[in-house]
Amino acid sequence: MNAAVLQPVEQALIQKIRVKDLNFYYGKFQALKSINLDIPERKVTAFIGPSGCGKSTLLRTFNRMYALYPNQEAQGEILLDGENILGPGQDLNRLRAKVGMVFQKPTPFPMSIHDNIAFGVRLYESLPPREMEERVEWALRKAALWDEVKGKLRQSGTSLSGGQQQRLCIARAIAVRPEVLLLDEPASALDPISTGRIEELVHELKADYTIVIVTHNMQQAARVSDYTAYMYLGDLVEFGVTDELFIKPKKKETEDYITGRFG
Amino acid sequence: MNLYTRRLLINRFNLAVSLLTMLFGLFWLGWILFTLFKAGFGGLSAKLFLEMTPPPGSDGGLLNAILGSLLMGAAGTALGTPVGILAGIYLAEFGSRGWLAPMTRFISDILLSAPSIVVGLFIYEAYVVRVGHFSGWAGAFALALIVIPVVIRTTENMLRLVPDSLREAAAALGAPQWKVIVLVTVRAAKAGIITGILLAIARISGETAPLLFTSLNNQFWTSNMNSPMANLPVVIFQFAMSPYEDWHRLAWAGALLITLSVLALNVFARVFFRNRTATY
Repeated sequence: MNAAVLQPVEQALIQKIRVKDLNFYYGKFQALKSINLDIPERKVTAFIGPSGCGKSTLLRTFNRMYALYPNQEAQGEILLDGENILGPGQDLNRLRAKVGMVFQKPTPFPMSIHDNIAFGVRLYESLPPREMEERVEWALRKAALWDEVKGKLRQSGTSLSGGQQQRLCIARAIAVRPEVLLLDEPASALDPISTGRIEELVHELKADYTIVIVTHNMQQAARVSDYTAYMYLGDLVEFGVTDELFIKPKKKETEDYITGRFG
Repeated sequence: MNLYTRRLLINRFNLAVSLLTMLFGLFWLGWILFTLFKAGFGGLSAKLFLEMTPPPGSDGGLLNAILGSLLMGAAGTALGTPVGILAGIYLAEFGSRGWLAPMTRFISDILLSAPSIVVGLFIYEAYVVRVGHFSGWAGAFALALIVIPVVIRTTENMLRLVPDSLREAAAALGAPQWKVIVLVTVRAAKAGIITGILLAIARISGETAPLLFTSLNNQFWTSNMNSPMANLPVVIFQFAMSPYEDWHRLAWAGALLITLSVLALNVFARVFFRNRTATY
């Protein structure tokens, strides 16, 4: 017997993102306190925790969204495929093309459904019209929206319902073929049916993408994720396989939170 | 008196007061419009648009003044709008750090509320005195100076109404900032920005003071922007101050004409953009 056979599961996991000793500041306020975390490739990792615990903040460091604002600063290392994205030489636009993001509220652009999706594609690829049509259809099919919008691709993206808008945003994010997909409470503004659709989608998408999802809803985390991180007041309290974390948490604080005694 | 009746009465009282103040404001507006129509309607005829401003005691129209107003208004808008829009974009999209933006905003606000006669005197001193004669260009420059702060203000305000989540969403796809601004933010605020431009046009179409010292007036037809130019506000001012009956009639007709065009512009803007504003 050799060592590789002894740990087949561990060996199969490739760590897509490695967070090393990450601190984050909003001005003087420290929102993340030396976070260490590995996010495995082609799995769904969920961040849970009460409001203000830093889960969205952590998510927004992976595509350096915070860099849009002055006074927000991250210290430490985040390795994406081994490369430190917090380094000074990092091209933010290239990074964001690689790490897509879907936000809490749907954010369709003020343009047609087709152009909403083509917008991101055009930034980095110049496709002939025929291929662009195919890409738009592919992304809309992936996001389970194609059947609902195929006849009205020229209509405004803002004319869709909330749940459709959110799936449009997911389609837009995957149309640029990122490697990582960040979902910041993607279903919190949606009704249960739309939420169910989005969760199914997450399940299907993880075959191709590394997905990180922030959610307020513990049942949702339990349903969709393979790994879960519980955060509290800027600390990463516990991180592990979702089933283990929910059934047999190692820490008392985690147990209190997931059983509803706190939070 | 129980709580419910008391609240009901307070509600009725406040509703009545606000309704009355609304009617009070509308009353004067209505009176102004009524007077304008009564005095100016008789002067509206084909002649108004076909003949030049007459010497005292004879018949004529306002053609040269209409043309002058159109030319100078168009030139002023064309000069002022790009500056205003670009400055507004700077203030809204890049103005969150540094000292330049707050200062620009402050100066623009002063310019916005500055009496327009000051703008006219400034152009007189800076341009008319130097070239040695009144001209249509001088008038256009003065009008442009009035357009700029109006457009800056509305552009900045409209861009600020675009939620940051939209900017973030575009940036999250890897779009560089200029593309975020041009393709997403400005597009989302387009209706508001155009409304601002129309407001600026409405504002300058009635301005007299800045034209008195710059384009002055001209009895004759000219489309030469380098010569003094007739324009509706100054013609109205001159004719209204004169002792001649037909000049008075023309002044009223001119005033009605300006009011109607501004009204038409506003109605057009409202109808045109009614269904085009995105909802966020």
